[in-house]
Amino acid sequence: MLLIKCPWCGERDLTEFTAGGEGHIARPLEPDTLSDEAWGDYIFFRKNPKGVHFERWVHTQGCRRWFNAVRDTLTDEFLAYYKVGEPKPDLEGGGK
Amino acid sequence: MTQVNRLETGRRINRNKPLSFTYDGKTYQGYEGDTLASALIANGVKLVGRSFKYHRPRGILSAGSEEPNALVQLEEGAYTEPNTRATVVELYDGLKAASQNCWPSVTHDVGAINSLFGRLFPAGFYYKTFMWPPKLWMWYEERIRHAAGMGKSPMEWDPDSYENVHTHCDVLVVGGGPAGLAAALAAGHTGARVIIADEQSEMGGALLSSHDRIDGTCALEWVKATLAELAKMPEVRVLPKTTVTGYYDYNWLTALEKVTDHTGPGSNDASVRQRFWKIRARQVVLATGAIERPLVFAENDRPGIMMASAVRTYITRYGVLPGREILVFTNNDSGYNTAIDAANAGARVYVADVRPNPQGALVKEAEGLDVKIYPNTAITGTRGSKAVRGAEVMDLSEDGMDVTGSPYSINCDIIAMAGGWNPTVHLFSQSRGKLTWDDDALMFVPGDGVTINPSRSAGSCNGTMTLPAVLAEGFSAGVRAAMDAGFGDGSAPAAPQASSLAEEPIRAMWEVPCHGHRKKFHEFQNDSTAADLRLAIQEGMISIEHTKRYTTTGMGTDQGKTSNVNGLAIMAEYQKREIPAVGTTTFRPPYTPQAFGAIAGQDRRHLFEQERTTAMHPWHVANGAVFEDVGDWKRPRYFPKDGENMHAAVQRECRATRESVGIMDASTLGKIDIQGPDSVKLLEMLYTNAWDKLGINRCRYGVMLNEHGMIFDDGVTTRLGENHFHMTTTTGGAARVLAWIEEWLQTEWPDWQVYCTTVTEQWSVATISGPNARALLSELTDADLEAKSLPFMAMVETTVAGVPARVYRISFTGEVAFEINVPQTYGLHLWETLMTHGEKYDICPYGTEAMHVLRAEKGFIIVGQDTDGTATPRDAGLDWIVSRKKTDFLGRRSLTRSDTASTYRKELVGLLTDDPSEVLPEGAHLSDADNPKPPLQAIGHVTSSYRSPNIAAPDGSMGRSIAMAMLRDGHSRHGETIKVPLMDGRVVTAKVTAPIFFDPEGVRTRG
Repeated sequence: MLLIKCPWCGERDLTEFTAGGEGHIARPLEPDTLSDEAWGDYIFFRKNPKGVHFERWVHTQGCRRWFNAVRDTLTDEFLAYYKVGEPKPDLEGGGK
Repeated sequence: MTQVNRLETGRRINRNKPLSFTYDGKTYQGYEGDTLASALIANGVKLVGRSFKYHRPRGILSAGSEEPNALVQLEEGAYTEPNTRATVVELYDGLKAASQNCWPSVTHDVGAINSLFGRLFPAGFYYKTFMWPPKLWMWYEERIRHAAGMGKSPMEWDPDSYENVHTHCDVLVVGGGPAGLAAALAAGHTGARVIIADEQSEMGGALLSSHDRIDGTCALEWVKATLAELAKMPEVRVLPKTTVTGYYDYNWLTALEKVTDHTGPGSNDASVRQRFWKIRARQVVLATGAIERPLVFAENDRPGIMMASAVRTYITRYGVLPGREILVFTNNDSGYNTAIDAANAGARVYVADVRPNPQGALVKEAEGLDVKIYPNTAITGTRGSKAVRGAEVMDLSEDGMDVTGSPYSINCDIIAMAGGWNPTVHLFSQSRGKLTWDDDALMFVPGDGVTINPSRSAGSCNGTMTLPAVLAEGFSAGVRAAMDAGFGDGSAPAAPQASSLAEEPIRAMWEVPCHGHRKKFHEFQNDSTAADLRLAIQEGMISIEHTKRYTTTGMGTDQGKTSNVNGLAIMAEYQKREIPAVGTTTFRPPYTPQAFGAIAGQDRRHLFEQERTTAMHPWHVANGAVFEDVGDWKRPRYFPKDGENMHAAVQRECRATRESVGIMDASTLGKIDIQGPDSVKLLEMLYTNAWDKLGINRCRYGVMLNEHGMIFDDGVTTRLGENHFHMTTTTGGAARVLAWIEEWLQTEWPDWQVYCTTVTEQWSVATISGPNARALLSELTDADLEAKSLPFMAMVETTVAGVPARVYRISFTGEVAFEINVPQTYGLHLWETLMTHGEKYDICPYGTEAMHVLRAEKGFIIVGQDTDGTATPRDAGLDWIVSRKKTDFLGRRSLTRSDTASTYRKELVGLLTDDPSEVLPEGAHLSDADNPKPPLQAIGHVTSSYRSPNIAAPDGSMGRSIAMAMLRDGHSRHGETIKVPLMDGRVVTAKVTAPIFFDPEGVRTRG
């Protein structure tokens, strides 16, 4: 069972969390200006990498806060955790 | 009655405590410290089961949890447990066991006729034979299951109790043999929190069956001293009788502790029977030992053919000599340990060694005990029907691929197989570690592990087979694990002194040659032979995963602990590939079978799932409500009067509500309190309609969409103040809606000043509906309830029945209705007061079932019943609620996508069957075809269907069937007739209507 480090509460079991899929997808500020294709990209298309994935989690059974994490989907290793609004961590050379 | 095979001496049984037990109805004696298997062998019982496919007689193979053959039905009635391995059942007084997979008895088994037709049961037999016609498969399966046996499940509630325990440690040591004890001791000395678990009743592992010496004395003295030292360490927990069964991510491991199994059923009500541990360990040391491999020779499955190490264990640990004439068949030196112990115990011993010229120290020692050794020799056949009586042996050719010369016979009553060792890598493999093949030692050993599961393997599970090296590796693994967990400096204490004899190399002999077609079993539990593997390859199975399934190798309850490596090595030979190129199948938890009861722990019966009940619940129970589960809530489904079935009760409740007044417990509706200057801004984004102009104390219905434009919840929201709203959601959607709002506020609009709090459980809600609702409520409040002062969709804060209340004039029935909200603890008082005052109006409590009918009469949707996540507001006939002025709300942009905006979608309609008494099944498909028979393109489906007592049939009598449905292009098909094919073959016709059947103008609602 994954051990996930909530930036607010610390290490907790996976069962306390809900996965929120790919992170850093901003809701378009003016949806009306988007083509069907661009809007479809926003609502339907997600990355599914074998390897490093920037993703969202929420500590549902704890503080109920959303946060971001970087996980290697192949090894399930978490490379970084960071709060909503914080920039993507630079994983070059220091991620692990 | 006599224990014919019991030796005079034997180290680990208590001869002062004789125990009595029955097996297949016959009574036997054993001793405390015996397993069921050792006691059966002591009593000369060799035949303990029939094989799975051919019903061949089978005996006890091993002395541990790897046992494939000796599966017994333990105990009777509610306590019975099938497929119990006799080799791990600790004997207790009064134990009852029975053989399984045989009929009428293990000695006279009708199914054994399968054995005569063995050629008709090749690999893949079931797949090939029982293929057609498909509808008969269930029938076949039932017969196969019966023929194949596998014990019987108990038919009663499990009378035992179990518990789950969650714990953390710095170092978890799996296995209590020399490596594990050394690791625990070394880690314990650093002050780390250590757990050491072993599946056996006592710690010691392989030392329990050996004559090893440590520090110049019996190794078991070292075990005793080590356990005494561990007992003094407050941070060390020693768990015997505890099998670590699963290794999951981030060093999360499960273990099953058999707390009272060894004292028998019902013997200790003060304790749980088993404890299921869930352990999060910073570091893991695997010291799980090794399991001996059988040799795959002709007719190697007769009762009395055992693992050599098991024969040794029975002799040295349990004081049982399984036979008088023992033939050891070996390809390495370890078989000689058995030969030596058997000879010393008084047996006549022969060794058939496939190696041309064995000269090791153990070989010499055996020779000195008059053990007759046949080098370069293979067993090519065996004799004996219900027990082995002898073996036929032949010389091996130079390359070992054939046998030469003439066969000769050796009489024996036990054949002890020593085919080398398989390190027990199951847990390491479960941890996603990679295995590597050691071509000299002929074994898979742990290779690279993975970062998220830091572990070390030590001892024979790591391929380290000599005691001094095992001890050194254990100490080293213990201190290094502790250091990586933050304890100590990694320097190991000096290991105690031990020595071991040098051994000569093992000789690979995967399939032992013979002349003619004789069955060579590599897999005992599922009856799979070397020939089956050959056939599977001939038929195109290349991957080991395919062969496994085709031949069922390793698919039994033992998960192939004795068979897998032999199976894939033989496959490698056939395919002329290297063993590592064939690969291994996936090891999966649990390592050994575990009872569902233990996994469930305390969470069973009423504790299985939490139940939420309202403040009025006691009244519902006292008045005979039938409940249904909605989310976690217990909601009254209907309130039957004497002798009423559900149908009668629901019809009565529906009529009474429309005729006078009905009352429903609506406390379970989701309620969210929204406050802050940006409250309106939030509602504008969540709902499709506009909220800025809603007056204070006014209510509005709203529909929420997801970003795909699909309806995902609905409810009424009331403005309590300029920046204060009370939102209601569906009962089942309450948690989802709150999470949805929190997600948007936290991730997209963190700067908005608005706060949401769930208040579902802060309010008790009684809803009264019907022509007399106003009269009833006016008796209990001073508030002016007339439509002028409290119109439809308005709220008044007042006092009802003497307690503070918010009265919402909203309606889910289409009648004048009041949702009376009072602080939660006043709920029962409110309900009882309404019931008392309502008596003169024949007030009728109604449940969810009547609520469904009443709202369907009005065509109100239930999200999740009439919609399924693919319905837009337009599809559901709610286009009127979608604002044309707002430029944004969640899901809005999706409503103009080409597919969502299409008018050729499934749309909500009403259905009136031509036969008013025909109530359609919900989920029934709709069709336009003349003769709708499958295969059929459905053009819609029924979402809600009831008999309504309030709608007139065509002949004028009251009561008829009504239904709601999602129908392709439904909005433009009102008035047409459609067909509904039913499961029983009939085709019902129905008229498409608007989805509203009662008071379409809403006169009653606003009255």
